[in-house]
Amino acid sequence: MDMRILTIAALAASTILAAPAFGQSFKWARGQDATTLDPHAQNSGQNFAVLHQIYEPLVHRDRQSKIVPALAVSWGITSDPTVWEFKLRPNVKFHDGADFNADDVVFSLERAMGPTSDMRGLLTSVEKVEKVDDLTVRIKTKGPNPLLINNLTNMFMMDKGWSEKNNVLKTQDFKNKEENFAVRNANGTGPYTLAVREPDVRTVMKANPAYWGKGQFPLKIQELDYRPIASAPTRIAALLSGEIDFVQDMPVQDIKRVSDTKGLKVNSGLENRSIFLGLNAGDADLKHDDVQGKNPLADKRVRKAMEMAVNREAIKQVVMAGQSLPAGTLVPPTVHGYTKELDAIPKWDINAAKGLMKEAGYENGFGITLHCPNNRYVNDEKICQAVVGFMGQIGIKVNLAARPMAQHSPEIQKNEVDFYLLGWGVPTYDADYVVSFLYHSKQANRGGWNATRVVNKDMDAKIQSLTAEVNTAKRDATIAEILKWAKDEATYIPIHNQALSWGMKATYDIPVQDENQFYAKYVDFK
Amino acid sequence: MLAFLIRRVFQAVIVMLTVAFISFSLFRFVGDPISTMVGQDATIADRQAMARELGLDQPFIVQFWRFIAKAVQGEFGISYRVGRPVMDLIQERLPATLELAFCAAIFALVFGIFFGVYTALRRDSWLTKVVMTVSLIGVSLPTFLIGIGLIYLFSVELKWLPSFGRGETVKIGGWTTGFLTESGLKSLILPTITLGLFQMTLIMRLVRSEMLEVLRTDYIKFARARGLSDRAVHFGHALKNTLIPVITIMGIKLGALVAFAIITETVFQWPGVGFLFISSVQSVDVPMMASYLLLVALFFVIVNLTVDLAYFAVDPRLRISAVATRG
Amino acid sequence: MTDQPVLARPTLRQRLADFWDSDIAWSFRHTPLAIIAALVVLLIFTAALIGPWLAPQNPFDPGSLNLMDGKTPPMTPNAFTSNSFLLGTDDQGRDIFSTILYGSRVSIFVGFAAVSLALAIGVTLGLLAGYRGGWVDSLIMRIADIQLTFPSILVALMIFGLFKGLFPVGSHNDLAVPVLVIAIGLSDWPQYARTVRSVTMVERNKDYVSAARIIGQHPVRIMARHVLPNVLGPVLVIGTLGLALAIIAEATLSYLGVGVPPTQPSLGTLIRVGQEYVASGEWWILLFPSLTLLSLALSVNILGDWLRDALNPRLR
Repeated sequence: MDMRILTIAALAASTILAAPAFGQSFKWARGQDATTLDPHAQNSGQNFAVLHQIYEPLVHRDRQSKIVPALAVSWGITSDPTVWEFKLRPNVKFHDGADFNADDVVFSLERAMGPTSDMRGLLTSVEKVEKVDDLTVRIKTKGPNPLLINNLTNMFMMDKGWSEKNNVLKTQDFKNKEENFAVRNANGTGPYTLAVREPDVRTVMKANPAYWGKGQFPLKIQELDYRPIASAPTRIAALLSGEIDFVQDMPVQDIKRVSDTKGLKVNSGLENRSIFLGLNAGDADLKHDDVQGKNPLADKRVRKAMEMAVNREAIKQVVMAGQSLPAGTLVPPTVHGYTKELDAIPKWDINAAKGLMKEAGYENGFGITLHCPNNRYVNDEKICQAVVGFMGQIGIKVNLAARPMAQHSPEIQKNEVDFYLLGWGVPTYDADYVVSFLYHSKQANRGGWNATRVVNKDMDAKIQSLTAEVNTAKRDATIAEILKWAKDEATYIPIHNQALSWGMKATYDIPVQDENQFYAKYVDFK
Repeated sequence: MLAFLIRRVFQAVIVMLTVAFISFSLFRFVGDPISTMVGQDATIADRQAMARELGLDQPFIVQFWRFIAKAVQGEFGISYRVGRPVMDLIQERLPATLELAFCAAIFALVFGIFFGVYTALRRDSWLTKVVMTVSLIGVSLPTFLIGIGLIYLFSVELKWLPSFGRGETVKIGGWTTGFLTESGLKSLILPTITLGLFQMTLIMRLVRSEMLEVLRTDYIKFARARGLSDRAVHFGHALKNTLIPVITIMGIKLGALVAFAIITETVFQWPGVGFLFISSVQSVDVPMMASYLLLVALFFVIVNLTVDLAYFAVDPRLRISAVATRG
Repeated sequence: MTDQPVLARPTLRQRLADFWDSDIAWSFRHTPLAIIAALVVLLIFTAALIGPWLAPQNPFDPGSLNLMDGKTPPMTPNAFTSNSFLLGTDDQGRDIFSTILYGSRVSIFVGFAAVSLALAIGVTLGLLAGYRGGWVDSLIMRIADIQLTFPSILVALMIFGLFKGLFPVGSHNDLAVPVLVIAIGLSDWPQYARTVRSVTMVERNKDYVSAARIIGQHPVRIMARHVLPNVLGPVLVIGTLGLALAIIAEATLSYLGVGVPPTQPSLGTLIRVGQEYVASGEWWILLFPSLTLLSLALSVNILGDWLRDALNPRLR
């Protein structure tokens, strides 16, 4: 027989054999895929979900949301209150074999501060990043920033050499649909290496044999098979039929069925994330309404009326099957700056709301489009449908435009929506993160997700002062003042904090992390 | 023969050009290609530069010509939704759709012909009545309901078969196949039935009515009179004559399978081009839509040409009449 | 008929009696399945027609819904509001019975309107192609061929995509139904055109048509008087089967999420919502709309099938 044919046959056979056995990998499903693997291109939880398995930040939050060392072993503020010093973990290698050192940290942080990066909003206080020696880095901030560490938990470290070689020194410009090598390739220091990346279909990650954390973490999962399954019923069918080991976003209505199924388990907990409606109160006229020449949402009475018309309890009971905590503020209870009185839920009162509408001159209501994601938050489209009903009760005819988050988010960032639903998680566990992204007027570094178009110079200044304020009492007072103003203005209508439900095979028993971040390296099982 | 062939190819080219024209119009007039590409902060000068670069300042016909020249080389631009070249996306997803359509076609053909012949020959048996009733229900049931029903029964309740996706696939060159693994094959079963059922009922009904028609003809009566066995009459004479129209219809229906796969792929979250297309329609991803349109047209044109040639080969009488009437 | 005096105008009674004795009616009387199907179609059509007066609730007015009524099982009082619903409610508190009435209205309206559109275009072009022949025929048939390249669901999706791109977001919900009609109607006309054309070509060459032409009758008149009656049978069959297909197409588009807006659910939308609750025990949201859709499409199909067989006795 011809040797060549034999070789080809052998090769073909070995490809087939080399294909991982379907049963061995840990199959993890979620509603939607990471939009890109460029670690700094999008500040969004759905991307971090995958990225945290492959890349690592200097520090991260563990399963109890406590900050723990990752690539830094120790850190602290130096004698100069504007300088932080980080000692790096020695003997860490990137997946391609390159050493991890201070140059990579300087490079990565500078990359994340670049104009196309979506992470730069977290690093606005940083003036300069300096290498001291191979394993020491100093970050100089513009003023003292005692809370800088909170902003670094999702700031992933890339290899400088790899980035140079592959021409990804600059972050992918996601808003303008740019594509680069890092979008579908990855080279981190994390516990898993990227093996297969098929966007929207699956992402396979394999255990990193050279991982520094061997012996410190269970690392039982050998292969991680991430499968975005957009349709919720299909996702649940896959869990019930045993094809999937872990579903990170259980549809709330199926919790009971899954818990009652032998061999399956559901863990639930409140997510550190509020869900709310945003209103364009700042523009002179709206693009998506039927009122000519003026903006009905600019009238505070209209905003208050809309806020009063939302029946949060009904959303909790019916839409969320009890899996939510109705909210009166955008700051979740787990976050520094939260107070009970701030969270007082506006009374549901249709008659009073109608009265306000009449007072504002909109007795007969008006028409407006509500833009809504349909694959991002728990029952997002259903919440919007319910809102359409609530608004209908006070005469506002709402036209619902539901679409995938990938289309929804750029339009919020580009100020192209007038009435929209959004969710905001707080990875820093500090209210600064809420106010600087959602209440500061839209600028290069702040207010990126604020489409209310409201510009209040005074409040902007107060928000900016938070970063450098070292006096905790004074800082807290400023936060309270800002949030009080925010609540009074009602440019956002808070709905609730959503609960997370993770469904899984009972053998794994993975506890819910309140940032909705799953770490494969911690998973232990027999 | 050659003249006929040239005519058919010429027609195919006309079809492709027309579809390309529709595609291009989509591309050019729906949405604003410039603002999608340069972003919101661009200045007027930036926009003009971009327009020049894209050739949008050229006359329409020149732009169309460029579009075709690029399309022939497989360049369809960047997907608005995913931000990657459309051709890459299609290449990745195409094997999934083609494998599914292939299995569904085989399923529809085998069972369709079998049941068609059976119900024509045994017109009064109880099985015929059952099959005919089921086929009527099959035509009346929307594809997606069949899919949901199958998932619920075979995945959720019985746990026999996978409910979504392709299972484990093997990559051979640029082609990913689900044929070589157990999970891949299992994953194919439910979507194949869902996609193939409607076509199967159509084929079955067609074969049945053609068969009944042929069985009534004189030459079958003559064959019987000659004392040929039932088997020889049914399969040697009747079925053979029945199959000619079936081939033609199947040609058209195969093209339909690729497009109908949109629904099946959505229900089973099958990572094919149809699923990709639905996401594109929902988000008005014009380059993606335009390319999909061209792709389906191309597929159909190729299948049709093949069918025409097969038809030509099977039935010698057509060699004369085809040229005379169809041209 | 032959024993009647030729010149006497038949009374209505006689006409009915004639119809009762006709082949079609005879066939209908002796096909129990067709009778049942006709009854089901009649029932659903009537219910849909008088739906707004029959329904306890207007499910298309979001303001009138009470979210707290959501997911109430059939004929069981709701835990919060103690309201009870015949077929239960969906996840937004819409009464399923009312929504089915309203939803069927949309489905049937879209079905009829789309078939009428396809019929109007198809018959006109078919007559024209068949009667005129020559380049007119070639042109029309080539267009039909090209369009047949694309399965109707794809053409409909394409038209939808176009419409979403061309019109501002705010108008989408109001325009959804007309666009559905256009999308489904435009995707279906070639079938009618082909059938009408082939019948027309046969009729055109018959002596009586040639005679009419020779005595100088206007072509439109010839087509209307002599050709059209002959194409009615086959067109009626395709039209009936087409109605079932159009209803299914509407449901499919709505199921795929590109049809009617979610706040004005049709049967397809309800099924999409119901599918999400199939594992969690709220079976009524999926079951009742599916049964309605199935019985509607099945009955129309049975009628179409019967009609085809009745008009073409050879196949019986």
